[in-house]
Amino acid sequence: MSSSIQSILHRYGSDRTRLLDVLWDVQDEFGYIPDDAVRELASGLNTTALDIRETASFYHFFRDRPSGRYTLYLSNTVIAKMKGFDAVSKALQAETGACFGGVDSTGTFGLEQTSCIGLSDQEPAMLVDKVVFTRLTPEKVVDIIARLRQGETPEQIANPGGLPPQALDYVDALVESNIHQAGPVFFDRGTRVREVLERWLGRNPDELILAATESRLRGRGGAGFSVGLKWRLCRESDADTRYVICNADEGEPGTFKDRVLLTRSPLQVFAGMTIAAHATAAREGIVYLRAEYFYLKAYLEAQLQLLRDEGLLGRDILGRGLDFDIRIQMGAGAYICGDESALIESCEGKRGTPRLKPPFPVYQGYLGKPTAVCNVETFATVTRVMELGASWFEGLGTKDSCGTRLLSISGDCARPGIYEIEWGVTLNHVLALVGARNARAVQLSGPSGECLSVEKDGHRKFCYSDLSCNGSMMIFDYSRDLLGVVRDFMQFFVDESCGICTPCRSGNEDLLRKIDLFMAGKARPSDIDDLQSWGRIIQRTSRCGLGGTSPKPILTTLGKFPELFEAADHPAHDTLLPSFDHVQAFSAYDRAHAALDKERS
Amino acid sequence: MIKLVIDGKPVEAEEGANLVEAAGENGVYIPTLCYLKGEPCIGTCRVCSVRVNGNVTAACSVTVDDGMEVDVDEPEVADMRRALVEALFAEGNHNCPSCEKSGRCELQAVGYETGMVVSRFPYRYPPRDRDVGARHLWLERDRCIFCQRCVEHIRDRTSGHKIFSINGRGSRARIEIDVELADQMPPEQVREAMDICPVGCILEKRVGFDVPMGQRKFEVQTHRERATEGTSNE
Ligand SMILES: Cc1cc2nc3c(=O)[nH]c(=O)nc-3n(C[C@H](O)[C@H](O)[C@H](O)COP(=O)(O)O)c2cc1C
Ligand code: SF4
Ligand code: SF4
Repeated sequence: MSSSIQSILHRYGSDRTRLLDVLWDVQDEFGYIPDDAVRELASGLNTTALDIRETASFYHFFRDRPSGRYTLYLSNTVIAKMKGFDAVSKALQAETGACFGGVDSTGTFGLEQTSCIGLSDQEPAMLVDKVVFTRLTPEKVVDIIARLRQGETPEQIANPGGLPPQALDYVDALVESNIHQAGPVFFDRGTRVREVLERWLGRNPDELILAATESRLRGRGGAGFSVGLKWRLCRESDADTRYVICNADEGEPGTFKDRVLLTRSPLQVFAGMTIAAHATAAREGIVYLRAEYFYLKAYLEAQLQLLRDEGLLGRDILGRGLDFDIRIQMGAGAYICGDESALIESCEGKRGTPRLKPPFPVYQGYLGKPTAVCNVETFATVTRVMELGASWFEGLGTKDSCGTRLLSISGDCARPGIYEIEWGVTLNHVLALVGARNARAVQLSGPSGECLSVEKDGHRKFCYSDLSCNGSMMIFDYSRDLLGVVRDFMQFFVDESCGICTPCRSGNEDLLRKIDLFMAGKARPSDIDDLQSWGRIIQRTSRCGLGGTSPKPILTTLGKFPELFEAADHPAHDTLLPSFDHVQAFSAYDRAHAALDKERS
Repeated sequence: MIKLVIDGKPVEAEEGANLVEAAGENGVYIPTLCYLKGEPCIGTCRVCSVRVNGNVTAACSVTVDDGMEVDVDEPEVADMRRALVEALFAEGNHNCPSCEKSGRCELQAVGYETGMVVSRFPYRYPPRDRDVGARHLWLERDRCIFCQRCVEHIRDRTSGHKIFSINGRGSRARIEIDVELADQMPPEQVREAMDICPVGCILEKRVGFDVPMGQRKFEVQTHRERATEGTSNE
């Protein structure tokens, strides 16, 4: 073990801030992260074994136990459940002989579930280690497992043509892009990255900031912060160095537009980062890529190399004296790492705990230096704005929401996939566009967004002051159990809470239990009051945006579809609360005895 | 000095002061659990939530500003603070009468101060393992409120390494103790660790119930008195 650990440490200069990369390499080597390795890492990184575990145990994809030769992570997002998840999960258990959360008796297959893996347009989907398989059926599962047993690797099965992983064709062989409507900003093969960089890198950074400000471009990651202002604040912070980070964590269930942008237009994204670097005087850039997108890594690295070979990245870009390079930081499975301050912690090799603010990352970000974090789509838009001009861009969309927005459409519709829309179109317009005929509800912006009633909200407009969508749009027709969807979303937040603050860690579990009461038909009218008041407490007192939004699936669904939350008045003659399960309560004594007997034996 | 308004009353505070301190100096009590005077704010418990210029914010993470308007006693935000204390009681197993920390436990003291009677959240009775592996102290995890004080503030004195650390994420996370480092803690640091833990989770071995009832910390001087009369609460 020793020599391989030493060479992994050497690869990253024994730098504690690169712990996520180190842990990935250890897991790739041993299949999990063994105690011996942790001890050795601790001494090589001048820390303790428990400190290493503190970081590793935060991330869903890091394992502390052996998990079979292959580990299969089946996506359990609500969309998958609408598209055949049940049959696929049964087939997986039958074929592998493993149960979820365990390994089969021969130690070949570890089976796990995981939240949305960014493939809602082609669910059911799963990861086999780092390789994705989409549009699963029980038959496909039988085939995949049989071939793995026969010794084929996941790569060989997913990519029968044997294409190199650096090639776009490889990525396309694994995953469809499903772009159904391109628009003026994205997916135009005409964006000439070299020309844009030649035009702008020679200019004064103030001019870039001015152009970004004049275009009135706002961040596409969710918060809608002005891009020009973010760059200016970052530039004006006093420091010897600065960083630009591209947020490619794309963890919000239902979104996959960043996946498609990185597949079809990586150069447009990287050029946007380079422009931001010139504007903010940054010398290093990081793309924080979620682990679910490992299959894109080699391809993206090849694209970065292409830019370097052409003198568009690296030292002295285009002979203009600008040094800027980009590296890819892989995540390891944590929705919270999409929050920019948690993302920065993760880049520093730590748990993805959101920082207290202030200070904001533009003042003190990565390694304590001013850092501009923007979403993938934001950077791609920047390149287009710089190519065609701020006033051209400002003319698109509405007055308060300029430009276009990529929508990731999934659920009950004829054509799930990517649509570029101009801000200002209505919900009904989009529903017609995607072929959603019998839509009842739309979950806009993922679980952290809001539930809309097509009947009540169809006329509303996509714009920052009304439907300010982060890209995710899941459609549910009249056959769906919306309360079940709400429960799923709450379970997501319970699983993904970082746990550092009381309201989110504790309160989301309480909300989940309450939803269970409604689903079991045991709720009382006061339970509705509790949902509202507890939800409000969690939203107001939580430390970060996760707790700030986690009660929204309940609160917004309750607002639009109050009839789903059936609560019977408690009959006066009944002495027990409907939520009190006396069978369960009376069995506690027996269960405690059984547990004690087991302990004694 | 700068001027701000707390509960409608104009008060003065030192520029750059922390809101919890500024309020305390002006006789206004803001309950706290993870906050430690003079240490960097860790902002985990949220029990100090107040309204600042209309928005609910954890007071420990606020630096006072000229013209700031703060509401502490306003009923909705006071109820939020009480709810958070209740949540902490429901989340663990807190059996005050049998706990060594009773009478000097900050959770218990803040429970009294916020007017908690019973938790509005269902009690969970979670099974939690204790850890008795270290020589001088042990972890009674039933009572841990996950405030992170021990993780942030107690370090090995020679190497600076953590003695207490976190394992896991979300509500499944728990505090771990590095037995090797813990066994090298000098006696006064063992005491410090026990005292810094706001509840009865980190306990010194071979001592217990060593202060008679009626003379215990918060019986002598309440949490509120300590915060508003300048006595430290840890
Ligand atoms: C829980 C949580 C998850 C988030 N996830 C993402 C994400 O996956 N991608 C993203 O770009 N922004 C995400 N954000 C928003 C980021 O914190 C940040 O605002 C954004 O990356 C800034 O980029 P923009 O200005 O281009 O929007 C998330 C925020 C929170 C609170
Ligand atoms: S709100 Fe949730 S995710 Fe955010 S800091 Fe608190 S526990 Fe962590
Ligand atoms: S052991 Fe004590 S100090 Fe440490 S996190 Fe738990 S309650 Fe806080």
